[in-house]
Formats: sequence, structure tokens, C-alpha cells
Amino acid sequence: MAHPRRRRGFIRTYLTPKQAIPGRARLVLAVGSFVVVVGVWWLLAVLVQNALFVPSPYQVVVTWWDMMVNLGFYNDVGWSAFRIVAGFVLAAAVAVPLGLLMGSFEAVRSFFNPPINAIRYMPASAFIPLLILLQGLGEDEKITIIWIGVFFQLVLMVMDIAHRVPDEMLNVAYTLGASRWTVFYKVFLPATFPEVVDALRITMGWAWTYLIVAELVAAEHGIGSFILIAERYLRADRIIAAIITIGVLGLITDALFAVAHRVAFPYVEKVRA
Amino acid sequence: MSEIEISDVAMRFRSRHGEVRALERISLTVPDGQFACIVGPSGCGKSTLLMVAAGLITPTEGEVLVNGKPTFEPGADRGMVFQSYSLYPWLSVRRNIEFGPEIKKVPAAERRETSSELIHLMKLDGFADAYPKVLSGGMKQRAAIARALAGDPEVLLMDEPFGALDAQTRQIMQELLTDIWQRYRKTVLFVTHDIEEAIFLGDVIYVMTHRPGRIRTTLAVDIPRPRTFETLSGPRFAELRNQVVGVIHEESLKAVESELARA
Repeated sequence: MAHPRRRRGFIRTYLTPKQAIPGRARLVLAVGSFVVVVGVWWLLAVLVQNALFVPSPYQVVVTWWDMMVNLGFYNDVGWSAFRIVAGFVLAAAVAVPLGLLMGSFEAVRSFFNPPINAIRYMPASAFIPLLILLQGLGEDEKITIIWIGVFFQLVLMVMDIAHRVPDEMLNVAYTLGASRWTVFYKVFLPATFPEVVDALRITMGWAWTYLIVAELVAAEHGIGSFILIAERYLRADRIIAAIITIGVLGLITDALFAVAHRVAFPYVEKVRA
Repeated sequence: MSEIEISDVAMRFRSRHGEVRALERISLTVPDGQFACIVGPSGCGKSTLLMVAAGLITPTEGEVLVNGKPTFEPGADRGMVFQSYSLYPWLSVRRNIEFGPEIKKVPAAERRETSSELIHLMKLDGFADAYPKVLSGGMKQRAAIARALAGDPEVLLMDEPFGALDAQTRQIMQELLTDIWQRYRKTVLFVTHDIEEAIFLGDVIYVMTHRPGRIRTTLAVDIPRPRTFETLSGPRFAELRNQVVGVIHEESLKAVESELARA
């Protein structure tokens, strides 16, 4: 009798939907994508042969070093980081408590939800001219932009998280003799924490976008204003170096949030590694 | 002495299709130390009745009395176990079990004694400091039952606690629960749609009807204790099962017919 053939073909391994692929292949693909991106860029630079518009990756690295050493780019990075942190912390400090209250008390939700939902659809960047009129060109204007960009999104995300806490978790506590207040701070709050940190991590990424827009419009320092000046001097290499810097800073913040999450919430079930 | 009485409870909801009568004039008393089971087809309102008993929802009419005193709010006198376990994922098994005593400000040493005993009885040895995420479904439910017992309630309310478990685990859990019950002799009100489970566990079975939820039949389970899995193959068990199956079948048919009539 013929033995059924153990099938291990390429198609079966790689083209079965939702099928896990070998760990080695995953690594190769991940590194490969990066190599492809840099490779295409390099190829483009070689083909165009115009360092003014398409500098090579190598040139950008050299420029980045030059920016740090001779142009005080770290100073701009510092200013941007300060604005991000200030705007983000101020937004989170209001959005998280308010979102939790909105998610747990229907009265609070009914009152705050309509205006917040409406404002959420107004792009934060559209407020820039208005805020320049009202606040001038100082730090408070940038921080307000970030605040607007983060707050209205974050508050609704936190509200959703709070709203999703299973009733049964609270009901168990009531039947163990807990008061409303005890249920609130011993069950409801801890039940929301891990997802709130996730929401902070996501909105942090958006904060960068709003900051750069604000700095592009008007600023004396900051990565955005550095990019604008570079454009005036036709320095594509500096623009690219600055953009990549933002990307790397974003990755670092994201990794910090991920580590903090793992340390603070070791009990969370990982859906997928 | 701990007895729970459900007195003339009715529950009506407003919905888009008009008024829904979920429960209608339900009265039953579970005397001290009795294990009472409520069975009925799905959607008959048996879980609603248990929520009412716990004080988690207020009935449209009627009241719930514990030891003769009316209750209006949930409290530690009526401990509850849900199908979904609802353990607190951020607390270890031990701290989950000690949740009730902690709220009541029981001294730490005493709390620990209680939780250690329950961890052992519920066969959770070695998992005291583990987070719920590492537990299997059966272990989670054992921890949830331990948590409810640690609160030392007058009455234990259980809402299909084994409904999410596989058949084998379910049987083991039922045996464990009868052992625990014989030891603590709590007054228990247990809701299930599983007829065999109700006969195996209960002293008395209330069979509920489909909307409006009413108690259609009350059956005393006269199978002696302790009951083991051999009980399941006894002649009396089969007799009782056929009796309940007959009633439920009739009710389920009615439910289907009323759905058809509405369509």
C-alpha cells in the first residue's frame, strides 16, 4: 500500500493562509525587507546621479554626523523632544482620567461624548493658524497643538477600554461585599491599566506628526524647523537625515513603552508574540 | 441558619417589540444547607433569576430575603460564581481567593490560613502564586469557587459554572463540588441547562418554563449521598432524568412554536 506522502512543498509552507513559517525564514524576510529598501534607494541614487535631490544612503549618514557635530542638530532634537513630552503628558493627564470616568459613568459619557467626538474630526493641524493668532509663536502654541492632536483621540480610546471591562468582574466584587468605591479602585482601575498603556503608546506616535507640522509652520528650533531651513538650502540629504532621526526616536519610544508594559503587567495574556 | 427566599419575583423589560416578560411570579425557598438546582431551556430567564437573587438587578416586582430579611443590594452574604470565571488577571491565585477577606479587613494571617486551606481543597497546590493566565479552564473555575467560598457567604449562587468546560473536566468538577459542599454545607442555588448535572448535584430541582419564565415543576432528588460517578448509571438517576427531559422537551417545543408564531 502506498504511504501517504509527507508534503513539504514551497507552496504548502509559505502560501497557506495564516500558517506560521519557520523562524529562520521570518528573520531572513525581516532583514531582507530592510536590505531591499536601502538597496532600492541606493540604486535610485546611482541612476539619478544627482546628489542634490537623491543623495545615497552613505551620503545621508555622513550628513547626519555633520549635522550633529557642526550644526547642533541635537539641540533641535532636544527642543522637539521637550515639546512632545510636555504636550503628551498634559494631554494624557486629562484624557486618561476623563476617559475612565466617561467609560464607567453614563452621565459623564453623555455630557462629554458629543463635543469630543465632533472635535476629533477637526484636524489638529488646522488649528495652527488660530493658535498662532491666540498664543503667538512660542512653546505654548506647539504644546497646545500636540495637546489637541493627542487629547481627543486618547480620551475616546480610554473610554472604550473602560467601557469594555466585563460587568462580571465588577459583579463578583459586589458579591464579595465590596462597596462601589472599592470596586472602582480595586477592580475597575487595575482592569484598565494595561490597555491604557497600549493606548498611550499608540497616541505617542501621532504626537510626533502634529509636532513636526507645527514646527514646519513656524518655529525657531526643533526638527521641523531644521527641515524647513534645509529645504531653503536645497539640502535633501539633511531633510532625509532628519526624517530618519524622527523614525528612530519613534522606534525607541515604542520600545520603551513595550518594555514598561512587560515589566508592569506580567500577568497579561499574550495573544501573539 | 442561612436560607434564601425568592418571593413573588417578576421581571419585565421594555424592548422594541413591546414588553418582554422575562420572569413571572417566581417563589422558591432554599433552606439552610440545601443544594437547589434550576434547570430550563436557554433563554428561560434562569440566569436573570440568579442575578436578582444576588441583588445585582432589581426585580420589577417581589423581593429576595436572606434569613427572612429583605435585601436590596448585592453583598457578601450571597457569593456568586459565573461561567466566565472572572478571576482578576492582575492578582495571583492566592490574592484572588483572599479578595473577599481582604475587603472585610480580615487579618493577614487568618486570610492566609483560609486561602491555603481552599487552595489545597480545590487542588490548586503549587499554583498559589501563579497568575490566572497560566491556569486551565477547570483550574480557573476551581479558583473562582475558592474565591467565593473564602468570602464565607450565607448562600452560594452559581450561574452555569461548568458551562464552558469540556465534558471530562465537567464531571470531575461536579464530583469536586459535591465533596466541597458536603464539607461546608453551604446553601447553594445552582443554575444550569444540563439536566444530568442538576440531578447529580441537587437535593431539589426547579424546572423553569420558557418565556415568561416560571417554575413549572419541582422535583426532589432522592438519590442518597455521597454521590459518585457510579450514581450516573443507577436506575433512579435514569428515571429522574427521563422525567426532567420530558418536561424540558415540552417546554423547548413551546419555545420553538412561539418563535415561529412571532415570525
